[in-house]
Amino acid sequence: MADNAQGPDRPVERVMPDHAIARGDIGAAARLMSDLDDEVPAARAQLRQLFPLTGRAHVIGVTGAPGSGKSTLVDQLVGAFRQRGDTVGVVAIDPSSPFGGGAILGDRLRMQRHSVDEGVFVRSLASRGYLGGLSRSTGDIIDVMDVMGKTVIIVETVGVGQDEIDIMRFADTVLVVQVPGLGDDVQAIKAGLLEIASIFVVNKSDLDGADQVVRDLESMLSTKTLRPGIATPGIVKVQATRGRGIAELVEAVDRHRSDSHGSDGMQTRHRRLEHRFYECLREALFAEACRRFKGSAAAERILAELRDRRIDPSSAATAAIEQIVGWAS
Amino acid sequence: MKRRRVVRVLLGKPGLDGHDRGIKILAQALKDVGVEVIYTGLHQSVAQIALTAVQEDVDVIGVSILSGAHMTLVPELLGQLNALGAGDKKVVVGGFIPDRDDRAQLEAVGAAKVFDQDVPITETVSTIISLAD
Ligand SMILES: Nc1nc2c(ncn2[C@@H]2O[C@H](COP(=O)(O)OP(=O)(O)OP(=O)(O)O)[C@@H](O)[C@H]2O)c(=O)[nH]1
Ligand SMILES: [Mg+2]
Repeated sequence: MADNAQGPDRPVERVMPDHAIARGDIGAAARLMSDLDDEVPAARAQLRQLFPLTGRAHVIGVTGAPGSGKSTLVDQLVGAFRQRGDTVGVVAIDPSSPFGGGAILGDRLRMQRHSVDEGVFVRSLASRGYLGGLSRSTGDIIDVMDVMGKTVIIVETVGVGQDEIDIMRFADTVLVVQVPGLGDDVQAIKAGLLEIASIFVVNKSDLDGADQVVRDLESMLSTKTLRPGIATPGIVKVQATRGRGIAELVEAVDRHRSDSHGSDGMQTRHRRLEHRFYECLREALFAEACRRFKGSAAAERILAELRDRRIDPSSAATAAIEQIVGWAS
Repeated sequence: MKRRRVVRVLLGKPGLDGHDRGIKILAQALKDVGVEVIYTGLHQSVAQIALTAVQEDVDVIGVSILSGAHMTLVPELLGQLNALGAGDKKVVVGGFIPDRDDRAQLEAVGAAKVFDQDVPITETVSTIISLAD
């Protein structure tokens, strides 16, 4: 095995695995995606092998209110990127029903003209109770598409229209779709979408009020102090149903991409990876802590005190942690 | 062996028929019992349905055919799935297939189930679920 004996400050040679998915086995890729979505442990081991092949694709997130035209826009973007020779992956997430967990995944409906194009792979995911506009598996599915060699990966979020900022953890470029007639410009600020937008896309420009939306966004952006090092998001007006403005949007995406190519961009990518690591750490630690705590004698005692209100939840947690760490050491 | 935690089903309409009310009702009924339904809409070519089934890694493909073209469309779909290495995916057929002999023949060539149009929806749902297991 290529276990490296190099020092930590020497760049480590990446071992590029030879794998059916990297060689273009669509079925294997699709099955791995299902297993990752279903949290099958063996799938995790496979992804571990493949991870060195990731990090090459440009990931574009598309978020915005329900019905704002995200899927229609993604369909157009796929067409535009294909025309210039990119290969494209699409991850489209729709909400799972809180009752029974089923879902109707309908985003794909608007992209079906690309389904026979070998250079396009579309995967629909249900949110499965995960909040923040994505599914728990979204990052993993992006990774698999990256391994497949897709040069552009577009992620359509659930579109509940609020707090869908998780996409910024995965996307290099975030498109926030706005439409006239929703009166949701103020909501965009509240929801923190302003913070995560690389580009605002004003869709349905055939409808009255589109120019007003552009003006509102412009004045919002001019009064808002952005974090240092973050470029002011662009605004592009489109009519997704007819492909109007798509060329301009692709240009804006390219510009954002090359702006974020320098060391700042690299830092952002590294920060995102670290964030994913800490998320995993948080979940794994919590699961391990629960496994050790539940059913133990200490748990009985601490939870009984909690029920009697002799101890508050926060102090109970501290007491539990002391027990858990005590057992570990 | 059941590999999946969640059943995924593709519903689509090949050919030229213009009605998808029935298939939308079925989509809702499947959703209500916890299935993830990928709906591809009307006027799908057999190639579109087959490739979508592979990308979405569904367990069952349900096609609804009203036009009478079932005797060509269904064998074509089965053939393309096989060619894609996805012959393990189950194909069920609904819509309007009045001829008992046609139904029997489609099942003989590899359709997992061909529904008569007056099969109650609950039965359709439970058949699809059991095929996915
Ligand atoms: N007038 C007009 N309608 C549009 C435009 N783009 C999309 N639509 C329509 O808006 C509706 C919703 O489009 P989708 O693309 O499904 O929107 P979405 O944001 O993906 O919806 P969800 O995924 O359900 O949140 C459809 O009826 C589209 O035809 C546009 O530029 N102009
Ligand atoms: Mg959509």
